[in-house]
Formats: sequence, C-alpha cells, structure tokens
Amino acid sequence: MKILIRNGRVVDPASGRDEAADVAIAAGRIVAIGQVPADFTPERTIAADGCVVAPGLVDLAARLKEAGPGALESELAAAAAGGVTSLVCPPDTDPPLDEPGLVDMLKFRARKLSRCRLFPLGALTRHLDGEELTEMIDLTEAGCVGFSQAERPIKDNLTLMRAMQYASTHGYAVWLRPQDRSLGGGVAASGAVATRLGLSGVPVAAETIALHTIIELVRQTGTRVHLCRLSSAAGVELVRRAKAEGLPVTADVSINSLHLTDVDIGYFNADMRLTPPLRQGKDRDALRAGLADGTIDALVSDHTPIGDDDKMLPFGEAVPGATGLELLLSLALKWGAETKLPLAQALARVTSEPVRVLGESLGSLGQSAGRLVEGGVADICVFDLEAEWQVTAGMLRSRGKHTPFDAASSGTRMPGRVRHTLVAGTLAYSAADATTA
Amino acid sequence: MLARRNPQLNAHGELIHLLSIEGLPRAILTQILDTAGTFLSVNDRDVKKVPLLRGKSVFNLFFENSTRTRTTFEIAAKRLSADVINLDIAKSSASKGESLLDTIANLSAMHADMFVVRHSESGAPYLIAKHCAPHVHVVNAGDGRHAHPTQGLLDMYTIRHYKKSFNELTVAIVGDIVHSRVARSDIHALTTLGVPEIRAVGPKTLVPGDLRDMDVRVCHDMKEGVKGADVVIMLRLQNERMSGAMLPSAGEYFKSYGLTEEVLARAKPDAIVMHPGPINRGVEIDSRVADGAHSVILPQVTFGIAVRMAVMSILAGNDA
Repeated sequence: MKILIRNGRVVDPASGRDEAADVAIAAGRIVAIGQVPADFTPERTIAADGCVVAPGLVDLAARLKEAGPGALESELAAAAAGGVTSLVCPPDTDPPLDEPGLVDMLKFRARKLSRCRLFPLGALTRHLDGEELTEMIDLTEAGCVGFSQAERPIKDNLTLMRAMQYASTHGYAVWLRPQDRSLGGGVAASGAVATRLGLSGVPVAAETIALHTIIELVRQTGTRVHLCRLSSAAGVELVRRAKAEGLPVTADVSINSLHLTDVDIGYFNADMRLTPPLRQGKDRDALRAGLADGTIDALVSDHTPIGDDDKMLPFGEAVPGATGLELLLSLALKWGAETKLPLAQALARVTSEPVRVLGESLGSLGQSAGRLVEGGVADICVFDLEAEWQVTAGMLRSRGKHTPFDAASSGTRMPGRVRHTLVAGTLAYSAADATTA
Repeated sequence: MLARRNPQLNAHGELIHLLSIEGLPRAILTQILDTAGTFLSVNDRDVKKVPLLRGKSVFNLFFENSTRTRTTFEIAAKRLSADVINLDIAKSSASKGESLLDTIANLSAMHADMFVVRHSESGAPYLIAKHCAPHVHVVNAGDGRHAHPTQGLLDMYTIRHYKKSFNELTVAIVGDIVHSRVARSDIHALTTLGVPEIRAVGPKTLVPGDLRDMDVRVCHDMKEGVKGADVVIMLRLQNERMSGAMLPSAGEYFKSYGLTEEVLARAKPDAIVMHPGPINRGVEIDSRVADGAHSVILPQVTFGIAVRMAVMSILAGNDA
C-alpha cells in the first residue's frame, strides 16, 4: 500500500535531520522524504500536522512470557501502541528459547500478527540452567540475535568463560545482566530505605563484582558483550572505563531505573518491586548522565507483564517486574526534556542506538531500522509531542497492568502520545481518535 | 511524585491502624502511653474487664506462629470485653494455597472489627490495611524485619515508668539489630520521644553501618556501647543465627556481646535492663542479670497488656 505522511516534523536521530517534511511510503519502504514525486498517488494519507514523524522504537528488552492464548497478541499490540516496531525478547520464555524449533515458532507467530518485529535472544545454556551450552549456530539461523541467561545465574566463571569463547568464535554477542548470584538475593537495594522498611538488600557490590568479572573475561576472550539493565553509579563508571579501554561492550538501562529511586517504594508498593532493584538518587543521576553521554547506549522498557495474583502480595513475595512497552516513548521524552537534550538525541537512545547495539545480527535490516532513510524499511512512529497523559491500568493494551508510573502510584505526567505506528509500511496501530484519509 | 498520606492516620490525623511507629507524631505515642496507664489499674482489679470493645470482634491472624504475642493480644482484647477469634493461618488457609487478600476478604465477610496481624513478610499489614473494609482496624503484631509497634510502645511505657522522662537518656540496643523488628520500632519510638542518644551494639554482621541511616550510633564494642547507658535493651538471638555466616557460635557471641554483671557495671548505676523475650540465658544475657535488680523484663510483660488495651481502644474510637 502507498501511504503519505503529510506535514509532520521529521526527526531522524541517525542523520540529525529535524525538519517539516512529507514522507512517502510504498511496498513497505520509504520512497521519499521531503520532495515527494508528483506521480506518487497515496491510497492513504496520514495528516501529521503538529506531530513528530520518527523512526519506530527499538526496545532491547521486552518479555512476552505470560502463558495463555492471546498473550503474544496482546503484548505485540502493546508494542505497536507504544510506537515500538522492533523488540528484543529475552530467552526466559516458558519453555526457554534453547531450541531452534521454539524460536522458529515464536518468530512465525509474531510475523503472522504483523504488529512488531520480534528478535529473540537465544538461551546461552540449555534450559537456562547455566551449565551446558546451547546450539548457537542453529539458534542464530532460526533468528536469534544474541545469547543470554536472562535473569538466571550461570554455574561458575569457567562456564561463563567457555560460553563467551564459544560465542565469540562465531561472532555472536552475549547479553548479560551483571548480578552476582549470592549477593543478589534481596528484594530492594541496600540503603536507608531497605534498612528502614526491613527489606533484605541487594548491595551495589552485587552489580560491580559481576561487572568486574564480565569485563575481565571480555578482556581475555574479546567477546562482544551487551550489559543489560545497569542500576548503579559505580556500575556506570565501570562500563565507562571499559569503553574507554576499547573493549567491545555496550549497555542499557530500564525506564524504571532512569526515573525512580528506592524512596518511591513508599509504603511497600509492590509495583516498585523490580529487578534490578531501584537504587538511590545518586545512582539514578549517574544513570541519566551515562545515558546522555553515551556510556549507556540504549534505554529499554524491560517490559514484564505480571498479573494481579503475582503483584497483590507483600512486597518481598511479589514477582518483580513492570509493564513498559507503552511507556517507553514518553519516558524517553521525559528524560530528554529534563536533561535538556535535543529531541533527536533523546530519540536516538530508543531508535538508532539500540540498532547499533544489535549490529550485524540484524542483517540487511540493520541498514535502515531505527532510521528514516529513502529506500529503507518504513518502520515509523508518528507521535504528538505536546500531548500529556497519565497511566491508568485500563488504557494499557498489555496484559501487564502494573507499573510504578501508574497515576495512582506516582502520578507521573507522561509527555508525548503515539498517534500512528507503521511496521514495514503497514499501519500496526492508530490511536482511536486519530484520523487518516 | 505524589505525597502519600500515612495509611495509619485518617484525614483528621487520628490513628486508624497501628502499622509502624515511624511517621506517628509524638502526641499519638503519648496518648497511647497515657491511656495504657489508666488500664494498668484494671489489670489489678478482681473483675479485670472494661466494656469498651463489647460486641466487637477481634481476629488474631498469625501467619507466623507466636503463642506468646498472640496470648497477650487475646488477654488485652478480652479485658476490653471483645470477642476474640484466634486463627493460626500458618496451619490453615495459607497451606491450602489461598492468597493473603482472599483470606482477608473472607474474614471481613465474617464481620471482623479488628485484625491483629503477624506475618513473616515486611509490609504485609500495609497490604491488608489497604484492602480490608473501611471500618476494620489493623494492628501490626510483627511483620518480617520491619516493625513490631506494640512491643516498641510497651518498651517506651517501661522506660517512662522507670525513668520518667526521655530527654536526657542514653539507650543501648544490643544484638541482632539488622533482622529485628523490635529494634526498628524501638529506634523510631525513642527518636520520636526525644531520646538524644541511641546506640546499636553488635558485630558488623548483625549491626551493619547502614543503620546510621536511622540516626543511631553504631557501636561494635560491647563495653563501649553499654558505657553510661540508662537503658540497655537486649535482643533475642534467633537460633538460626547462632552458627553459620553471621556468627561462629553462641558461645563466642556471649563472650563478646553477652550482658554480664561485669559489663553492666559500666552502665549508669540505676540502669534498667530490658528484653522482649523469650530470653536465651547464657547466649545474650547472663541469668544473674536477667533475674537481677536492674532487670525489668517481667514488668515489661505486664505493661504489654495495658499498652495493647490502649492501642485497641484508641483504634476502635476512630473512624476511617
């Protein structure tokens, strides 16, 4: 279908383009930005007056794991509603993504829904048990873009080193969340709040010890490693030094750690039960600065749909995680505005930069995903930058309704509202009140 | 971020649940202690009953076993003429897989007026207070490591009884502070009532430096910690901490942090020794101290009944 997005503010972080322009789309690709050929006859026109036309968002961490029919459908619909056109899902599905058949099936089902491109991470070890390696070549051929233990520990440093050596033999990236298993058992970040509330703590050392170990093994093996969900100021500093040394590491931070601190736990609000746990103000400040200066490459939703039965529990018993796909754009914009960054620079952390993290694993798609280029794929998010909203459970498409940003919990004002999302030139989402002709 | 109203107080600032001492104004603590004073005489009468809670149902919900605490709440409620229903949930619904909130909904339907809750998870009584019917009052009888407010209040009653005023006291709390809900409630209460020096005494595994965040002086030397103290509060060392990574043995703990007559001699001559019970003789406290002239451990138990009567009667008089 031929689509014309008319009169929007076209912002492409990769090229720095930020200007009023029309965008013409045909056969799933962008055919023109700005000068639309006179003979282009759109079947559909999207009036983007007052809206930003940006690349579709690329979310490096979104779980779709809740079992039950329709779960994948609801979560991919949530992605589209959030302007997310590509997402990376960790391998801790049920069963874990440790066999090519499971990956094939997941990719096939996602493709049929055509709401959002799905890039799975394969399990680094069988059943994610942290002991035996998976068949990484077969998994990559099935579509995995890297290998990960998700939140599961690896048996020991020898196994981790072997896994990294093997992955790097074939040029695969390993995605690791830096957390020492024995120090990571608490339910809140160590500090004044956890002490006062009597919650067991996760010390910063849980993150830094793991980072030291991983970074040393990167030094030894040369493996390409992506560090998932940094949570501490000390962690940001270690990554900054590793990058300065020229090691092949990248990192991300979740929307939760970027905006909240342990003080937000308030009176044991289980929506604030997250992994990694919310840390202190100085950690949040360092994460925000690290994301701004590029030490942290990408902002992720860390989307984890969790039902009432698993959240309406005492804080320590509640399952950690929060919904996030539909909040990612607004929380990137909020951070950008608060940090006084140009719009393109804020958007880069959820578009072009995550694509750079994915690198060659995306194949030819890597040339144009997360960008707006003539001849490239038409994965596009049209949003109203001026619209402000507040999160309520009822307005979320995800089955996960629990988020620390819920109006009732934190009253966070969310800037920016998605009007249209296009994946491969097809409308995957339009806001109920948006008009197209 | 929104300012969150303390869920223990109604819009008029009156106590509707007792969940933690933290965040309660001094006036409410004093009101509870004064009210407890008036109930103390009831306990000495032949007919030990007042009709303040007549017709009300108090449900003791103990998700974690504690015969002693449950009994003191039961006695307090009965002396206020309430009907008391004891539910040992650890052995019933929870083991059948019923969720905490389902249990609460069911009991609310039985027209409970007050829940006395003990739970192994910090914060569980907050969840219950948030989801129970508006007329139901919740009393925290101990949640995880977080709070044991009635114990904190009876400790304050005891201190006030013997020391009259809080303003010039040095209070040493000795033992496993990091895992202790009693210590947290005592610290908040002592701070609110104006005690100028609160010391937390114990090894670094049980008294980590983080505790300074609660405005206490952290002390790892027992003799130093007890020196010049007006009040020494000894905490019970749980069996599971007596050996392992926290402490090598009960014997070594007693050598370094046990309260003996020799150590107590460093406190003020009129110092009082307190303990929430049950005591481990020869682990945290020597028998000669536990049974000695400075010990007020048994009066604490007596005051505990009056304080719990005071809390329940005040809650029953306030509406959400």
